[in-house]
Amino acid sequence: MSGPSTYVPKSAIGRWFESRLPLGGLVHSSFIAYPVPRNLNYMWTFGAILSFMLVAQIVTGVVLAMHFIPSSTQAFASVDNIMRNVNYGWLIRYLHSNGASLFFFACYIHMARALYYGSFKPPRELLWIIGVIIYVLMMATAFFGYVLPWGGMSFAGATVITNLTSAIPVVGNTIAHWLWGGFAVGGPTLTRFFALHYLVPFIIAAFVGLHVWALHVGGQNNPDGVEVKDVQRDTVAFTPYATIKDGFGLSVFLILYCWLVFYIPNYLLDADNSVPANPLVTPSHVVPEWYLLPFYAMLRAIPNKLWGVIILLAAIVVLAFIPWLDRSPVKSAKYRPSYRFFFWIFIAICIGLGYLGSQEPTEGLAIIARILTFGYFAFFLIIMPVLSFTEKTKPIPTSIADAVLTRTKTAVAAAE
Amino acid sequence: MIRVRFSALAVAAVALVLASATAVLAQNDAEQPNPPRQSWSFSGMFGIYDKAQLQRGFQVYKEVCSTCHALSIPFRTLTEPDGPGFSEDQIRTLAATYQITNAEPNEKGEIFKRAGTPADIIPRPEAYPNDQAAAATLGKAPPDMALLAKALKFERGFPWFILDGLPGLEYQEMGADVIHGILTGYTKADDPQWNLYYPGHRIAMPQPITDGAVDYKDGTKPTLDNYSKDVAAFLSWAAEPSLPERKRVGMRVLIFLILFAVLLYYVKKRIWASAH
Repeated sequence: MSGPSTYVPKSAIGRWFESRLPLGGLVHSSFIAYPVPRNLNYMWTFGAILSFMLVAQIVTGVVLAMHFIPSSTQAFASVDNIMRNVNYGWLIRYLHSNGASLFFFACYIHMARALYYGSFKPPRELLWIIGVIIYVLMMATAFFGYVLPWGGMSFAGATVITNLTSAIPVVGNTIAHWLWGGFAVGGPTLTRFFALHYLVPFIIAAFVGLHVWALHVGGQNNPDGVEVKDVQRDTVAFTPYATIKDGFGLSVFLILYCWLVFYIPNYLLDADNSVPANPLVTPSHVVPEWYLLPFYAMLRAIPNKLWGVIILLAAIVVLAFIPWLDRSPVKSAKYRPSYRFFFWIFIAICIGLGYLGSQEPTEGLAIIARILTFGYFAFFLIIMPVLSFTEKTKPIPTSIADAVLTRTKTAVAAAE
Repeated sequence: MIRVRFSALAVAAVALVLASATAVLAQNDAEQPNPPRQSWSFSGMFGIYDKAQLQRGFQVYKEVCSTCHALSIPFRTLTEPDGPGFSEDQIRTLAATYQITNAEPNEKGEIFKRAGTPADIIPRPEAYPNDQAAAATLGKAPPDMALLAKALKFERGFPWFILDGLPGLEYQEMGADVIHGILTGYTKADDPQWNLYYPGHRIAMPQPITDGAVDYKDGTKPTLDNYSKDVAAFLSWAAEPSLPERKRVGMRVLIFLILFAVLLYYVKKRIWASAH
């Protein structure tokens, strides 16, 4: 897929520019002439959707940053000012807060797609690992951002998560105080979180660049898990085929975004965050935003503080090892019936953990949470390696073109 | 086929476990009932505030609640056409009745008070310049009402927390229902601090309003239920003044996006036809 560009600009100015900085050639070879497997389904549009959401979050975020005041005495009021007084401030704020949720929603579908179709397998291991890094950076950004409005839940969430560092033996408390800029979460914490919240999305953007680059070296995976053999038969050019498909996928996603922002903008908002932060008052239910709930459930399931933190970190770090845990030569779950079964159990476990994360931790629920946490790790550490060797897979198609043709043949035969 | 049945069984098992968990949690409902859902003019995809109701609600706030509760919104927002829609003269007169501490000292360096203007924020009750003073007198600081309607939510449990977000079924007015519930929830005459809908049934605020407490000028019946509805609607506006504009713009955006998506779909089909 990579190689010298075939782009020749039509205008003299274009040629002048191209010989000095081949941006046109880069865009042409990456997003116009770039070959894309012809059997991709709509699960492959989420990369474009995520890129759009990143830009949307950065744009709305920068505009918000022009009005937001990162001081513990003025933060809450400055957000209220944005909502009431700034022209369309309410819109920009709702776009940003709901955009974060949709960013994670698209990200989870994107990751699930990779797990289902084996997009993390050779030669895409680094692509997957860069993706895990982006995911971790996203979680950090979301955490910093949630603290900024300085509501009751912002404060409680900051306290809970930064207190995790104090679980580290010997140096834990020193690290916590260093992070806080004091002896507890306070004004200095808010101000530095603002600086970090502004910074990390640009680090994400850099890693997204690496992510797309790594992708374009090896080319996309596809729903049949069979690598491209014949560029003419198996692929189509990115423009117009993938461009229009991504465009349509994005427009449907935007309808969901619009529904959230304009009609249920406070649906995902925790009521306690509409109350100014008070160090002396802890909300009755401390919960993070929905996209962090599964990890929250795992953290609370373990009775020991240090082990809870270790399990939490392990739950994220284990993702990076997946290319070496799942060694099945068959990529796509379409042809792996056993793996597919366990995949959907895994999805149910994640949703179950998410639900448990939102509830009060009673004894009964804690036992269920521990079972589900075990199930989460078992999927990666037991199921994946075992299935790699013992699974009876279905026969995979000889090529992408053949896979598409057999499907259309069956469809035509069924129609007759 | 066995595989499919098996996986369906496994998913059903996980669902059953979660359902039993919800059943355990739902038992609390009997002890802590949720406020009944009222019908509001501003609910649903097309609902907007009722100007007359907001004006009555402001009257209730001013005559009853403002004794203890702050409402930190600018005076001028009361003239918004999407909101209470008072005239500019009315609000200028109203603001001028308040004495506001000027932000900057005068040329002599003295902090001074002046008559309010529409640009000023409605000042806190004079008796309670800060939360600590209020808590010292009243036991607990009465919360600022500017965002109160957003700060009051209750658990709906499964499956409502999913259904509450769906088009046609959306439920965004929890705050208004809680405010209405609390105001009408003083059901034990002998215990002034007992409230049916307040979490734990113990509320620091004794019943603030009863039938006939406020004189309505537009003929609406001066009952507790009406006062509660009107002030709840007013406070919902105070927390979400952008609601009418948001829904207006939203409708245009939604229609545009749906049309755009349909167009893109057919273009996509056209383009991909050549790939088959």
